[in-house]
Amino acid sequence: MSEKIKFTIDGKECFAEKGANLIEAAKENGVYIPTLCHLEGVKPAGSCRICNVKINGRPMTACTTTLIEGMNIENNVEDIQELRKIIIETLFVSGNHYCPACEKSGNCELQALGYRFKMLVPRFPFEFEEKEVDAEAPKIYIDRNRCILCKRCVRSLKTEDGKSIFAVQGRGYKAMINIDHELAMNMTDEEATHAMDTCPVGSILKKERGYYDPIGSRKYDKKPIGSEIEQIVTN
Amino acid sequence: MSSHIQNIIEKYGKDATRLMDILHEAQAKEGFISDEVVKEIASQLNISKVDVEQTLTFYHFFSKKPLGKYTIYLNNSLVSHMMGREEVAHAFEKVTGTKFGSVSEDGQFGLYNTSCIGMNDQEPAAIINGIVFPKMTTYRVKEIIKAFRAGESVTDMINSLGGGHNQSDLVHSMVTNNLNRRGAVIFSEFTPGDTLKKINSISPKELIDEVKKSNLRGRGGAGFPTGLKWDFCTKTPGERYVLCNADEGEPGTFKDRVILTERPEMVFEGMTLAGYAIGAKLGILYLREEYRYLEKQLETVLLGMRGKGLLGRNIAGKEGFDYDIRIQFGAGAYVCGEESALIESCEGKRGEPRNRPPFPVQVGYLDKPTVINNVESLCSVVKILEKGAEWYKSMGTKETSGTKLLSISGDVRYPGVFEVEWGITVQEALEMSGAMNVKAVQVGGPSGRLIGPNEFHRTICYEDLPTGGAFIVIGEGRKILDVVKNFMDFFIDESCGSCAPCRYLTVILRNKLNKIMEGKGVASDLDDLVNWGKQMKVANRCGLGQSAANPILSSIENFRYEYEAKIEKGKDFDTRFDLNKAIQESSRAVGRFPEA
Ligand SMILES: Cc1cc2nc3c(=O)[nH]c(=O)nc-3n(C[C@H](O)[C@H](O)[C@H](O)COP(=O)(O)O)c2cc1C
Ligand code: SF4
Ligand code: SF4
Ligand code: FES
Repeated sequence: MSEKIKFTIDGKECFAEKGANLIEAAKENGVYIPTLCHLEGVKPAGSCRICNVKINGRPMTACTTTLIEGMNIENNVEDIQELRKIIIETLFVSGNHYCPACEKSGNCELQALGYRFKMLVPRFPFEFEEKEVDAEAPKIYIDRNRCILCKRCVRSLKTEDGKSIFAVQGRGYKAMINIDHELAMNMTDEEATHAMDTCPVGSILKKERGYYDPIGSRKYDKKPIGSEIEQIVTN
Repeated sequence: MSSHIQNIIEKYGKDATRLMDILHEAQAKEGFISDEVVKEIASQLNISKVDVEQTLTFYHFFSKKPLGKYTIYLNNSLVSHMMGREEVAHAFEKVTGTKFGSVSEDGQFGLYNTSCIGMNDQEPAAIINGIVFPKMTTYRVKEIIKAFRAGESVTDMINSLGGGHNQSDLVHSMVTNNLNRRGAVIFSEFTPGDTLKKINSISPKELIDEVKKSNLRGRGGAGFPTGLKWDFCTKTPGERYVLCNADEGEPGTFKDRVILTERPEMVFEGMTLAGYAIGAKLGILYLREEYRYLEKQLETVLLGMRGKGLLGRNIAGKEGFDYDIRIQFGAGAYVCGEESALIESCEGKRGEPRNRPPFPVQVGYLDKPTVINNVESLCSVVKILEKGAEWYKSMGTKETSGTKLLSISGDVRYPGVFEVEWGITVQEALEMSGAMNVKAVQVGGPSGRLIGPNEFHRTICYEDLPTGGAFIVIGEGRKILDVVKNFMDFFIDESCGSCAPCRYLTVILRNKLNKIMEGKGVASDLDDLVNWGKQMKVANRCGLGQSAANPILSSIENFRYEYEAKIEKGKDFDTRFDLNKAIQESSRAVGRFPEA
């Protein structure tokens, strides 16, 4: 039997198992902390910074936090929400997100966060700098115009013998996702589907597949992102 | 080729954590790292090609393309600009017939910009095929390029030797020390080897206690108490490591360069004492590639210490204390000075800072407990052991003991390194270095603070104005916005790119600054800069991103009038929009143009 610990989020008393990850534990307690780079069961990247919360008054990323008894977490507070919105808007202008023409629309976590945070238009000017599309792999292509560099693909999609199929190239604002063409040759259909589903946005897409689910019936078309977690409380 | 790569890889035991060394050696052979070599390295190390590339492309000095027979890196930092970089850059372009960022058609000359190379006291400075050329002038540019064309080698062009060890055969460099003031700790009398023998009469714990008692705080910038750090490290069981941070990437600092030139034994002895204190077997000196010219001297000193029994087994006769040191070269990345990025780099990876906790003292190099200290901190330990914590504490202020090396540059008569006691005022430091008509001082480099005369009375110490040592003096004639822009470009180039705000909000801020500099700013732009800039402090993982907006924030705080002078008065719309430009294309299509 593992030990239970107590903590609070915005004053609400919560419980979790000792050593639990804050994002997961919040979820179990019906509290949604927005995430983008987080992927359950995979080493946290702490890179998108959306999951910023205040822990005992100090800003920290929730996805990299292991809970300790008595932690006092602020989640739904004004300055944190403002920071998150700024990050979402930054991601929108750092790439080229033409949602109406994107296969991921409705299933895209960035788009859904834009809605949830009531972003009408980013406060930052668009630069519209075009990025290279890599369509050399037989089953998938990468449209870097939409990549938010969350590194979910880098961290989780490996070959059977543990080699990376995806990696980052360059640094800073020039950083971009690269795909190992040789290893991508052998990706199966399932792996390609999994890769597409791993990507929170429309950067990794499966070839020869489009609009299986009509727009309007997709994951975030009717209910905002996070509402499935918050549901638990009201039920 | 393939057997050559194989040899390199075998030399490093087919160990992927030594990828930095492997890439350095592969590049040394051909001047760049071709696609075939990347493939070969990947297959030999049994990792994927993109894994090799992700390290390779992170570092500024590694290249997948040929860089020219003569590869010229010209410092792009603020002080280089202040000292006439523009003219020199122009001369380089003219005589080589190529632009910065490219190689001349004949493949002879490659011109590149590079972030501060630690020579702010002798700018503009360039690195050509690994050799530092300080104090560049247009005359010198013409002279050396002509000589290269006539077949002379880069070493042939060494036309003077700097002082001290720069004159020795092992260093043989044009770099000057400009050691303008020796203090009681780092640059006092020093006899190599003497202090190290004291480990025979002091236990590791006693050594840690002595360092704690001295109140020594880290000299790399963050100022964490050194003794406490060592103590924490010993709390985690397992093999332990010592890393010495000689990345010295903060624009405006160059004091570690002078220590490594004049006091290499002291650095290694400090590292050895740290190793003794925490029970490590290996220490690594992480040295920036820009200081490659010191390699021969440093390796020779290590050899000498091994020969004298000061490294290796049973050091200084102390039974059971086995310890050695290796040098790890970086490859051009400021962020690798951040301690956890430095660890990643030592492990052959991209220099991306880690998420903390856990801290390096718990989970560090190869996931083992690790102490990371700045060069100057470790040297201070040697003197503390030699002369005692009480002696050390008798210098400095109440909360900040000892001496500090200031790297003073910019608009001063005597740029160089000054060893002073903590507690000196900014005004005194200005007088000491012969500063002229000072408008501002950048204390602590771009990540520090830009202060004006109203703060010159402040004292340099942890209680008041802390600094890692950079002290850039900006004279009356300079424009503050030029300073800020240079620093913002620096952060943008050097961000590792992990955190979304550090990767891109920096670009947004810089673009807005450009808009103001072009005279197109409006009053609300200033508010935006402040409001968005403030977010950087909380939004990012490491100190780079957290302080990347400091140049903007501290200059708006102290020199708001320079921004306001540039702003269009009475307009509250976005004046950047240019209607004529926006409709240019459609005008062309229909053949009708708006009247002028
Ligand atoms: C972006 C960045 C760059 C840094 N560069 C250096 C450096 O070049 N040298 C250094 O000693 N510390 C540097 N630091 C500080 C180190 O992270 C670390 O605090 C220091 O090496 C610890 O040694 P100390 O306690 O002896 O100062 C840097 C920190 C950041 C965030
Ligand atoms: S391709 Fe997708 S999963 Fe990979 S880093 Fe970009 S956004 Fe993330
Ligand atoms: S703050 Fe910037 S440099 Fe630091 S980890 Fe984040 S992206 Fe990298
Ligand atoms: S989800 Fe935590 S930083 Fe991205």
